[in-house]
Amino acid sequence: MGDDTNAVHVEGLVKRYGDTTALAGVDLTVRPGTVLGLLGPNGAGKTTAVRILATLIQPDAGHATVGGFDVVRQAHEVRRLIGLTGQYASVDEQLTGTENLLMIGRLLGLSRRAARDRARSLLARFDLVDAAGRAAGKYSGGMRRRLDLAASLVGEPRLLYLDEPTTGLDPRSRNEVWDIVRGLVADGVTVLLTTQYLDEADQLADEIVVIDHGRVIATGTAEQLKARTGAQTVSVRPGSSDDLEKVAAEVRRVASGPVDVGGDLVVAPVAGPAALTALVRRLDDAGLVVAELSLRRPSLDEVFLSLTGGPA
Amino acid sequence: MSTMAFRNTGTLAWRTLVQIKHNPFELMDFSIQPVMFLLLFTYVFGGQLAGSPKEYLAFALPGIIVQNLLFATMNTGVGLNTDINKGVFDRLRSLPIARFSPLAGRIVADVIKQAWALLLLLAVGALLGFRIGTGPLEALGAFALLLTFAVAASWISVLVAMLVDEPDKVQIFGFVLIFPLTFASSAFVRPSTMPGWLRAFAEANPTSVLADATRGLLTGGPVAGPVIHSLIWAVALTAVFAPLSVRAFRRRV
Repeated sequence: MGDDTNAVHVEGLVKRYGDTTALAGVDLTVRPGTVLGLLGPNGAGKTTAVRILATLIQPDAGHATVGGFDVVRQAHEVRRLIGLTGQYASVDEQLTGTENLLMIGRLLGLSRRAARDRARSLLARFDLVDAAGRAAGKYSGGMRRRLDLAASLVGEPRLLYLDEPTTGLDPRSRNEVWDIVRGLVADGVTVLLTTQYLDEADQLADEIVVIDHGRVIATGTAEQLKARTGAQTVSVRPGSSDDLEKVAAEVRRVASGPVDVGGDLVVAPVAGPAALTALVRRLDDAGLVVAELSLRRPSLDEVFLSLTGGPA
Repeated sequence: MSTMAFRNTGTLAWRTLVQIKHNPFELMDFSIQPVMFLLLFTYVFGGQLAGSPKEYLAFALPGIIVQNLLFATMNTGVGLNTDINKGVFDRLRSLPIARFSPLAGRIVADVIKQAWALLLLLAVGALLGFRIGTGPLEALGAFALLLTFAVAASWISVLVAMLVDEPDKVQIFGFVLIFPLTFASSAFVRPSTMPGWLRAFAEANPTSVLADATRGLLTGGPVAGPVIHSLIWAVALTAVFAPLSVRAFRRRV
């Protein structure tokens, strides 16, 4: 056994499929008891990374340990520690909710009775008691995802991989999944979460690793990533739309980048809070009345855009 | 095999069998279809081929059993390929279980399904007038031989399942392979009436060998030759396709 200080430790991970490089040397660390959000657009390599860490595929170079165990040489030990819920790892559609959980309990070595008890408590916890006797193929998307999560928790893993757990879910189901994840984290489960939704990473992750084209392009907390791009955004709504151009002219004097005039709103990046005071003074001096004025930090979307040069 | 591997295999075989409960179509697949074939051959073709349906039944039932058995071996591959495509395999492989238990579990379950179809065909055949003309020992021997052959032949479908991307393709492959193998054989008619080239194929065909062995064991006639010949085929199929399948399995999943 290696050191246990890091739940997951990844160094220089490379995976190629023919001419395509899915991972081009990824480093990342998930600290115990935290949620790491692996954020990136489709095809960035998120799922490939999770599949390697779940021992489903082997890397071409680099190495990864989970709980101190090597994912290639000690795959069996790694499998004892992890739970996997993903867009690909799935429940059996032709079995009922109960049967799916029973099967996994039995495979993990529980007695018939223990497996049954475990299935029952998980179904209750995930609000699936009414659907317990129905085939999983007939579940709604949200129910299915909850069953998926329940299935990955039968073995009470200390480390959970969630591969795009809310992709394709409606907002309500997404919130349910988020609540479940928060509950697990409160119980001390370490989570590696992949997502292409920035708000999901923002909501759940303690730390975010942004990857694109198989490379890590940024690491930090949501706040650090937002601060990284530096700029803040000021938006001004003139009291009268006739003043729109005049207001834009004043904003242009304090802006640190291009000014966007659209509808009845003037929006521009500014270097810092000092710009706001300056802008208020200028608007006042010019006798311009504003209906609304605000300064905000960039959204993670904007951060992502500036990091990758494309939308998530 | 370790105890864990046995247990895992048992659990996964249970899983495959319990699916039937929720998918009655699958039950139809290996119950109604063979019975339909049985009725078709007996009553539609029987009179013309052998003078009377009942007389033809005595000849054809072993052939129908063999044909059904070979078609059913494709289920193993279809099921494996479906599991891979649906992500069930990924979940199984992320668990600390014996590596080959998903494969072994499916094979065990499919042998049980084969045994069911075999009993069903014999039972319906008995209703239509088929009588086992040998003894219980020979009948048990036929059973054992057929199931052994089924496992051996299912390695082909496992290999195909590992090489194609979707379950339908396993089915199509199986149809294209098994259709000519079962009809150009002694399963339904005597090859002596076929043109020379086809007769040569039919006589070398493992389906003929297995049909002859089954016929001998169930209704009487030569037994030793066809049985040994069938076992040689079973060993050969396993020797060739099991290692290839296991290698493809390791590579794919």
